[in-house]
Amino acid sequence: MQIYLPIAEVSVNAFLLLGLGGIVGVLSGMFGVGGGFLMTPLLFFIGIPPAVAVATEANQIVASSFSGVLAHVRRKTVDFRMGTVLLVGGLVGAALGVVVFNYLKSLGQVDLLVRLCYVVFLGIIGAMMFVESLRAIRKSRAGGPPPKRKKHTWIQKLPFKMRFRTSGLYISVIPPVIVGICVGILAAIMGVGGGFIMVPAMIYLLGMPTKVVVGTSLFQIIFVTAFTTLLHATTNFTVDVALAVLLLIGGVIGAQIGTTLGTKLKAEQLRILLAIMVLAVCVKLALDLLIMPSELYSIGAAGGH
Amino acid sequence: MLRALLCLLILTLPARAEEVVLGLSQDEVAITATFDGSQILVFGAVKRESPIPTGPPLQVVVAVSGPSEPVLVRRKDRRFGIWINTDSVLVDSAPSFYKVATSAPFDTVLTDVQDLQYRVSIERAIQSVGATFGTAAGSGGAQDFTQAVMRIRESQDLYKIVENAVNVDQQTLFRTAIDMPANLTEGAYSIRIFLTREGEVISLYETQIDVKKVGLERWLYNLSRERPLIYGLMSLAIAIFAGWGASAAFQVFRLR
Repeated sequence: MQIYLPIAEVSVNAFLLLGLGGIVGVLSGMFGVGGGFLMTPLLFFIGIPPAVAVATEANQIVASSFSGVLAHVRRKTVDFRMGTVLLVGGLVGAALGVVVFNYLKSLGQVDLLVRLCYVVFLGIIGAMMFVESLRAIRKSRAGGPPPKRKKHTWIQKLPFKMRFRTSGLYISVIPPVIVGICVGILAAIMGVGGGFIMVPAMIYLLGMPTKVVVGTSLFQIIFVTAFTTLLHATTNFTVDVALAVLLLIGGVIGAQIGTTLGTKLKAEQLRILLAIMVLAVCVKLALDLLIMPSELYSIGAAGGH
Repeated sequence: MLRALLCLLILTLPARAEEVVLGLSQDEVAITATFDGSQILVFGAVKRESPIPTGPPLQVVVAVSGPSEPVLVRRKDRRFGIWINTDSVLVDSAPSFYKVATSAPFDTVLTDVQDLQYRVSIERAIQSVGATFGTAAGSGGAQDFTQAVMRIRESQDLYKIVENAVNVDQQTLFRTAIDMPANLTEGAYSIRIFLTREGEVISLYETQIDVKKVGLERWLYNLSRERPLIYGLMSLAIAIFAGWGASAAFQVFRLR
């Protein structure tokens, strides 16, 4: 069934969109990532104009994250306190990110920089997670004690300490706020929720338990992407609600399935799966930059430079 | 300006011995939620006061054109091992949609001079006379950029010349069908019908057809432009509601 999207001004298959939303939704529920880093390139691929894809994706992430976070709230695996601290940083970061984005846009190379950002961040994080979880799996197979996380002494020494009961942490608010700001900036530039960066940062930098990390990152993502959606809708008019509805119907159902699946898999398995996926997207994007494209020319809207 | 020129051209045409009487299958294309492309039937007759002139037969050219807009074309080049946008050219005016149907091979229905005058072929319909803006402007490479616009839009089924697609019956009745793809944009689409003999235009008839969104499509589009904040909040409300709905539905499902 073909459907004409009013803002994107293209006609696409409705079932294709439902399917894409569903697959990305499952991943979202399983890993606590918004799925934007996967969905945005997929939307480009099926012919949605990039500006519309990025803005609409933000709206869809709100839905799948909200659906996912409710399941986590029920299981009490959301650290609201930590989430709020991250959120404060996230909103500041998103606002900064928009400023940076517009500056890069005026230089005319925003497309390339977004792609390079993807390749670099996905590459580093994917490789780190892959090695780490492989080591963890090998250790648990050998029957040794679970690996102890390194305590970052400099993080312990920072002021403004706060107790995060759900995470079982007593740390300074400075690292989470900085993580939030970084994620916010990247979210605004790359058009994603930022979960794929925040989840590893929470595990490895803040030392939060894996089970709490997913729910907490979803909680923060809801607000940051809602903010981004409004920003896009009011300044660029690029949020396509028809596209969003189709994606989110698939997405919210997928997120529920994903959350259920996530509880049945071990933390290490979960992490290695995410690492493989992040690396796959990274390799695909890197190849696009390295291999000569079949069409060297592209048409942009006049004035959009 | 262009329109005034065209009017002038029409007025200066040789004595209008043969004229077009036109019919269209529809006078507007409505883009609904399930819009999946459309086909316009263009049919008509040639009205004349005198008998059919002897000599080469009458040929018909039908050109349908979407609204023209300037487009910025970028070219990628290899720098430091990766492919990045380096040069750009602003093509002054390119139609969003352009299809031509002819009753015989293009070069036999219209001479090059006439094509130049009326801008019928695709390369002539795109205006890049200026091409003064952009990093590759004036370097002679601007032609490559115009070619790229043609190539990209042809691959999207937006530009096409279909030869031998107009049926002409006894030099009097003609008909053709123009396919409109699903990725159509809004606007006033102009339809030009040329009657030619030996490649010379003897009559030109011009009309237009509106392509517009209707119903829900129209409403959403207008809301997003006129009340963007409300539109944004509505999008968020739908997202939150859908998220909550799916979660609640799954909980009921799981409790059973």
